Amino acid sequence: MTSHFFLMIVFALLVSLVFAVLVKDDPRARLRFGAIVFAAFVGGALALGWLMYPLPL
Amino acid sequence: MREPTAARPRPRDIALLCVAAWAVPGAAHLWLRQSFKGIVFLVVLPLMFVIGIALQGRLFPFEPASPLVALAFLAELSIGVPFLIAQALKLGAGQVTAAAFEYANAFLIVSGLLNLLVMLDAYDVALGRKSRNPPGEPR
Repeated sequence: MTSHFFLMIVFALLVSLVFAVLVKDDPRARLRFGAIVFAAFVGGALALGWLMYPLPL
Repeated sequence: MREPTAARPRPRDIALLCVAAWAVPGAAHLWLRQSFKGIVFLVVLPLMFVIGIALQGRLFPFEPASPLVALAFLAELSIGVPFLIAQALKLGAGQVTAAAFEYANAFLIVSGLLNLLVMLDAYDVALGRKSRNPPGEPR
């Protein structure tokens, strides 16, 4: 339960679900938008994590 | 020519709707018969709050001297009744040394901020700025 990666996935999943339901009305559009937001959350976090990997220099 | 005002909700109803939307996430959408949206918000937002509490996050106090703490308090307060219940049960003391302390605070704060967006959405729907019967909702 304390795995940061797992918590990040859960967080991204729940927030993207709320955003998708809030922003889009059509079920297909919700699914697509939710998937994009989820991928952006997870991809962004992984990219930032690797960018910060060499820090502190 | 002016639109007929019969269908417009009364200001008192709008105020009640906003209070309901703050107190119970999703309640306003259920009131507006947007059952799918209402149920999603009713499940997901309190779940995020509970995860934050379970991970030993902190319910911040209102400290105007520390603006960030005060803002975190306002964000957490925005989830409504779950916040009041957690405070009444003296939960959310916050364990800084817990492995997921910062994640827990993110869950707590974001659940409240998302409820603010949900409130705005319900307000827009009530005023007719957004459709009451989108394709995803049963009529």
